[in-house]
Amino acid sequence: MDILVCMKQVPDTETQIKINPDGTGIVADDIKWIMNPYDEFGVEEALRIKEKLGGTVTVISVGPKRATEAIRTALAMGADKGMLLVDEAFQNGDAYATAKALSEAIKNVPFDLIFCGQRAIDDDGASVGAALAHFLGIPQVSLVTKVEITDDGKALTAHRPIEGATLLIHSELPALLTAQKGLNEPRYASLPGIMKAKKKPLEEKTASDLGLDPSSVGSQGSRTRVRKLTPPPARKPGKIVQGETVQETSAALVRLLREEAKVV
Amino acid sequence: MAKNICTVAEQRNGELRKITYEVISEARRLADRTGGKVVTFLLGGPDIREKASALGAYGADEVRVAASDHLSTYTTDAYCQVLAAGVAKLDPAILLMGASVEGKDLSARLAAALGAGIAMDCTRFDLDDEFNLIATRPMYAGKVFAEVEFCGGGIQVATARPNVMTVTPPDDSRKALVEDLPVTLDPSALKTRVIEVMGDAAGKVDLTEAEIIVSGGRGMKDAENFHILENLASVLGATVGASRSAVDAGWRSHSDQVGQTGKTVTPNLYIACGISGSIQHLAGMSSSKVIVAVNKDPDAPIFQKADYGIVGDLFDYVPVLTEEFRKIKSE
Repeated sequence: MDILVCMKQVPDTETQIKINPDGTGIVADDIKWIMNPYDEFGVEEALRIKEKLGGTVTVISVGPKRATEAIRTALAMGADKGMLLVDEAFQNGDAYATAKALSEAIKNVPFDLIFCGQRAIDDDGASVGAALAHFLGIPQVSLVTKVEITDDGKALTAHRPIEGATLLIHSELPALLTAQKGLNEPRYASLPGIMKAKKKPLEEKTASDLGLDPSSVGSQGSRTRVRKLTPPPARKPGKIVQGETVQETSAALVRLLREEAKVV
Repeated sequence: MAKNICTVAEQRNGELRKITYEVISEARRLADRTGGKVVTFLLGGPDIREKASALGAYGADEVRVAASDHLSTYTTDAYCQVLAAGVAKLDPAILLMGASVEGKDLSARLAAALGAGIAMDCTRFDLDDEFNLIATRPMYAGKVFAEVEFCGGGIQVATARPNVMTVTPPDDSRKALVEDLPVTLDPSALKTRVIEVMGDAAGKVDLTEAEIIVSGGRGMKDAENFHILENLASVLGATVGASRSAVDAGWRSHSDQVGQTGKTVTPNLYIACGISGSIQHLAGMSSSKVIVAVNKDPDAPIFQKADYGIVGDLFDYVPVLTEEFRKIKSE
């Protein structure tokens, strides 16, 4: 099976996010960049399927040059090839423009299955995977926590959690899946894996390599734009509830929640 | 030219889900300013038309019903096919949906099918001077809020985070004009199907929709100890959540995790027991209306975000709180 994994490099979760002075973006110094955790589940699952059924795993990303580091991590885990769509024209694209760029790169590459993360932990958009599936004309199953390829290799079944239940979905291949936490525990790259990764092919493609008009991708090709960033609404300072005994303190808290906060 | 607002109702097993009303209420508020109509698409099984009148009561001016056996259970393919055609024909200015599990799956694909941009999981909708949608949504797990505007002139698609928008009380005298859409599905384009629905614990409300959440962290020390939170939850009618520490320790399942790499929750009341309050955990629950923290450590960061805190041993306090809640609820 030929499997593609879409991957985004994002700031790690410890990052203190600071808004820049004109409120149009975040301050990018001092950021530790990592592979989006949900994409990592996609890489891991692709590797497991490859180990079972044979084939190739290609990791593809839209990003600046530093994203090659995240691709190398995926190669070190065991992916075979990487592709970075890197061009100023691709920058600051919204989900629509990013999915467009990915679809143009992918449409001429043979694949049976595509993994995306269910969302990127920077923009939390959860939109690229579905848009990409639409542009490629393939079915999607989002939030998968388990995947099995059918014996004839032409379809798959997947577990998809919804509110209060889990669905067992059958999909024809080729298909696009978005990975949810619980799908697997990603492996650590081994030292031999890291060494091998340095020699694995990692292509860089610009907009003109893909025959793309810059106005159709990146910020120019976007259908949405972030016009302003603000910090989250401040919470009023809270209070520590006190009492002479556990009983008294507990009763006091419950009373406050009923009478003051009015939530019980 | 008046700007029409379109919404998509969400149903499961023929019942409308609450997010449907949250979205219609918002659409109504916006349409009252633009002078346009609220048109709601209602997809479901053969009997779904019965639900159209409820949509009118909550604010829809028109309901377009697509009823078919192929639509009784949601599939991306069938719903997207019907809606892409229906919404394109209506050509509204704005399309609003819920950011539920189904809503996110459908809206992301539908927006692409319509050549439209999407603002996903929004906490607020506004209009600019030209009645264009300005959608406010959290990013970086709520560490930053972004105002999103639309460019390129297409339909402006946005989804509302569940349990944030206010539902306007229904007015049964409001009647919507109901239109039946012919359903012509191309079966060869339906490539996914639901084989089985595996229920989770009966009656359990999903964390993302729970009004009260009782959550445990590393301070719980063990999987078995979560039963004290289950007891508290059952008195409160709450859902039990967990921090990443508790999930990584194997005490609770991934689907219980609240946080940056887990679920984002918006309950009215969040009770955090034995949770220190890492940035990542706070990212998942800081939109809670009221936060209570119970922790032995007076310096735990969670106390910075909590509205009410108890510095003490959760094993002493939780059972007593459970009793106190039981008493006050029977008053």
